[in-house]
Amino acid sequence: MDEKGKKFIVGIYEDEDILLNAISSVKDKGINIYEVYSPFPVHGIENKLGYKRSRLSIAAFCFGFLGLCLALTMMIGMMTIDWPMIIGGKDFLPLPVFIPVTFEMTVLLSAFGMVGTFFVVSDLKPWGIPKTFDLRSTDDKHVMAIELGDNKIDSKKIKTILNTTGASEVNDKVMDL
Amino acid sequence: MKEIFDFNSNLKKNILYLFVGGVILSLIGLYQIINSGHSHEEVSQAVGTYNSGDGHSGYHWYHRLYSNLWINVVYFLGISISAIFFVAIQYVSQSGWSAGILRVPLAIGRWLLPGSILMLIVFAITNHDVFHWTHEYLYDKLDPRYDYVIDGKKAYLNLPFFLGRMVFFLGMWYLFYALILKHVAREDKLGGTESWQKLFTISTVFVVFYAFTQSVAAWDWVLSIDTHWFSTMFGWYVFASWWVSALALITYIIIILRDNGYLTFVNHSVLHDLGKYVFAFSVFWTYIWFSQFLLIYYANIPEETIYFVERLDSDIYFPFFIVNLILNFFFPFLFLMTRASKRFTRFLKIACPVVLFGHFIDFYLMITPGILKSNGGFGFLEIGLLLVFLSAFLFVILKGLTKLPLVAKNHPMLDESLHHDI
Repeated sequence: MDEKGKKFIVGIYEDEDILLNAISSVKDKGINIYEVYSPFPVHGIENKLGYKRSRLSIAAFCFGFLGLCLALTMMIGMMTIDWPMIIGGKDFLPLPVFIPVTFEMTVLLSAFGMVGTFFVVSDLKPWGIPKTFDLRSTDDKHVMAIELGDNKIDSKKIKTILNTTGASEVNDKVMDL
Repeated sequence: MKEIFDFNSNLKKNILYLFVGGVILSLIGLYQIINSGHSHEEVSQAVGTYNSGDGHSGYHWYHRLYSNLWINVVYFLGISISAIFFVAIQYVSQSGWSAGILRVPLAIGRWLLPGSILMLIVFAITNHDVFHWTHEYLYDKLDPRYDYVIDGKKAYLNLPFFLGRMVFFLGMWYLFYALILKHVAREDKLGGTESWQKLFTISTVFVVFYAFTQSVAAWDWVLSIDTHWFSTMFGWYVFASWWVSALALITYIIIILRDNGYLTFVNHSVLHDLGKYVFAFSVFWTYIWFSQFLLIYYANIPEETIYFVERLDSDIYFPFFIVNLILNFFFPFLFLMTRASKRFTRFLKIACPVVLFGHFIDFYLMITPGILKSNGGFGFLEIGLLLVFLSAFLFVILKGLTKLPLVAKNHPMLDESLHHDI
């Protein structure tokens, strides 16, 4: 392969327990892991990899708040300012009546916003094809990627370490990220 | 880790101070009320027409005492039975995460027996003054005070049936509680899964039984005070209020025990789950509250809106109406929204007492306007009696905590609780 890009070593793991132990022992050897890909959520993996907490919930809150404001603006604009009408003997600004719609809009925008943000952040945008180290990570294999330039240890040693931690396969991969 | 809760003399002394403080505040409150007595006996316009013809406008200072007694009786009894319900649903759902903390709600359930006895006593003292429908003349067609609407409810709202229901519910709830306690104690002694399976069966029956009886109890004990008015949401509304108070109390007691060296295995994930319970059911309470409010507000039928007119068009109750929503919805919703606030005790230690007090206000708003009309108020008497009941309640549940080990060492799912991780 003579693609341009960074050099990676990719370990393939069959089982999430082996993977979790492998992450600990690889990190103990002082190797920096670039990223781990798995076909399903593995419990406790984010602690092992030392992930920071996702900021997705902040995005959800912001989108929800946006929905709340939009809904209230829409209803007050239509029912109170633009064309005031007496409905059911209520005020022109019957806030309790607005609450169900406000609630729905808050939930709708926070859900859509959260899913959209998640897609963009996880490289699942509709344009372009997401880059994968090994396509089998979308099926039944766990994939651990280690960037060579990020580590001082040479590639042969990393490969033997990955093999001893239970990787079923260890490959070289050049990725243009 | 300490296995048995030590109810030492220091704690008892603090509870005694609380009790004495409550008694003093109540006496000051009573003194104030007796002296200011008949100055504002007039009944407001809305309430006056609503109550016309019953000839029951005479307000006495002891009505306020009675209404407060009834609020506290219902509030604390509800927390206690809801804590037992919490234990039951953990067994029904075969939950593992809560196995290590179940002794705390079990101890809160100890109030059920003294609370039930208190309820019967308070009802015997206060019946005519709290429950308008108990007056005989309302059902007498020849009496000028005859009430057509209440007479129509006679088949349900009559003293023998009411008292029968009350005794039956309290008795059955206590029976289930005693059964749960018995098998929990047996599990401690014998081990194995036999007791756990028995508890599953008992809890299943109890949950179904409680689902029906709790609603009826809410109609009887709270809704029937506003005799003319009714709401089909009311059973749920009272349930939500009791339930979230019980959850807040369970969480708070666990945190305090943890700070004092008990239940040290309770990790952040268990606290997180308890916090989620408080957060979620605060929102659930709001949902129920709002569903009741919105329908009545929108339909605008006079015999229904009177309930909210009494509360919204009143100088006394309107502030509490707002405070109720702030304490029970806006505050827990915004304060417990983030993950960190549910995982660290610092936040939960603020949120739980606020929610507990908020739901006391909620019961105050459910009960007081129906009894006292425009003669209500919130002062030393309310706070004092709350403290008196709180001290008795705390004494009973802390004493209850000493009766069993704090950890169910033979619970088959204890290990899951110790390693709960979310």
